[in-house]
Amino acid sequence: MRQALRRPAAGWLLLLVGLLPFVWLVVQTIQDQLGANPAEYLLRATGDWTLRSLCLVLAVTPLRVLSGWPEWAKFRRMLGLLTYFYAVLHLSCYALFDMGLDLADILADIPKRTFILLGFAAWLLLTAMALTSFNKAIRWLGAARWQMLHRSVYAVAVLAVLHFWWMRAGKNNFDEVIIYAAVLSLLLGWRVWNRYRKMHLKRMHP
Amino acid sequence: MRIISNHSGFIHPVPSEITPEPVYQTRRDLIRGLAAGSAGMALTAWGLREAHAQTVPGAKLPALAASSSSVAGALTMDKLTDYKDATTYNNFYEFGTDKADPAKRAHTLQTQPWSVEIEGLVKKPGRYALEDLMKLSAMEERIYRLRCVEGWSMVIPWIGYSMAKLIQRVEPQPGAKFVEFITQADTKTMPGLRSGSLDWPYVEALRMDEAMHPLTLLAFGMYGEVMPKQNGAPLRLVVPWKYGFKSGKSLVKIRFTEKQPLCSWEKAAPQEYGFYSNVNPLVDHPRWSQATERRIGEDGLFAKKRKTLMFNGYEAQVGQLYAGMDLKKFF
Repeated sequence: MRQALRRPAAGWLLLLVGLLPFVWLVVQTIQDQLGANPAEYLLRATGDWTLRSLCLVLAVTPLRVLSGWPEWAKFRRMLGLLTYFYAVLHLSCYALFDMGLDLADILADIPKRTFILLGFAAWLLLTAMALTSFNKAIRWLGAARWQMLHRSVYAVAVLAVLHFWWMRAGKNNFDEVIIYAAVLSLLLGWRVWNRYRKMHLKRMHP
Repeated sequence: MRIISNHSGFIHPVPSEITPEPVYQTRRDLIRGLAAGSAGMALTAWGLREAHAQTVPGAKLPALAASSSSVAGALTMDKLTDYKDATTYNNFYEFGTDKADPAKRAHTLQTQPWSVEIEGLVKKPGRYALEDLMKLSAMEERIYRLRCVEGWSMVIPWIGYSMAKLIQRVEPQPGAKFVEFITQADTKTMPGLRSGSLDWPYVEALRMDEAMHPLTLLAFGMYGEVMPKQNGAPLRLVVPWKYGFKSGKSLVKIRFTEKQPLCSWEKAAPQEYGFYSNVNPLVDHPRWSQATERRIGEDGLFAKKRKTLMFNGYEAQVGQLYAGMDLKKFF
């Protein structure tokens, strides 16, 4: 297993699998299989896949530490970019299907609706991370600053859940929201616990 | 191999069987022309049935005969929404919050026997059997625009008669100012009731003058057939100038009251849903704009959404009901 993870093909395979939902949505769109309201379907599906990839990318570090296999870390960038890819699709669906690509309308709509504002803020943070996702950017920014910027993925997780929660609030239908909130809380909670544990260890064995 | 099950929904005919739209529209115009003249109501009904036979074949439900309505504004010229879309994309939370849920789950709804309890401030309260209600007045076909508060719309050919006919029959007392419509809430057949999305049973209400307006329809069918379960069988309300949720489905009780009833959505989210909930492009929902809408099955994926009309295009008929009212306040 560890051997397999080390191979370059593992990364490409993961990318391929990660793009399958996108390919499937394209196929369904072409074949007109998205139901009575294809625009709504695509908007929701791309939002769902953004949340799912966000859960995956945040699972990398816990997986690495808990398994003791550093190999997992090499998938982090690709999963991060995959999350951004679905976030861009999600935003594009909103801009295109809901707002007819009318920039003035979009700029007026974003601050007017809190849940859209939250989603847009998450997208901006993801953009900053995507733009600085290559190796050179780490050197330009300096490792410490780079890491600080990329820790904003925790804020993205919180914003994404709030965005989803607000969207569903009207129907009091929180089943799915609770699942994503639970998974993301677990992943972020583990980090807090892990940090506390490390600090504790350091204090005991300076 | 094509596998056809109960969940397949409406099976489309082969393209060669479908009447081309221009031909079909001309026929509808002709039918309307006939309806406008006094020449033969029966012929019109027959004509409409024929038209439907062309556009809505594969009828699984019993046909429901009706004549074309002569109520002002009751026959919009907009293109009808596909029967398949109208019966697979529904909000009927008693069967789940996903719009595909009602078509999948509503088959459990028991519609026979069915009766409607009339109570409150009326001279003739009591339990009215469905069969008697269906005979109370002549069935009319009405082609209404349906605008959902979520920003999509359809055009549905309903069958029923003006709610006013029933109200006159049960003789409201002078104190009756509002009419409350209560939906069936049966935990055995309606799985959605287990979720806490709303306080059941579903309650919607109208002011007396709104309920008495000739466009307010007590509907028993659509597309030439009896009402499909997912659309609110066996009888429902249709108020075309209000957002769809004001039109209660599968009605079991109609109550006449003096005080304005607290409706389900108003109770669940008072800042989002008002008592009136008239279609109004100028008053936005807190979470989205109401200025535009997407016509289901018609506006392509990349088409710009169409403009929503004041009172859903029924301003000429119902505008005077709200004369002098601040519609931003009474949304």
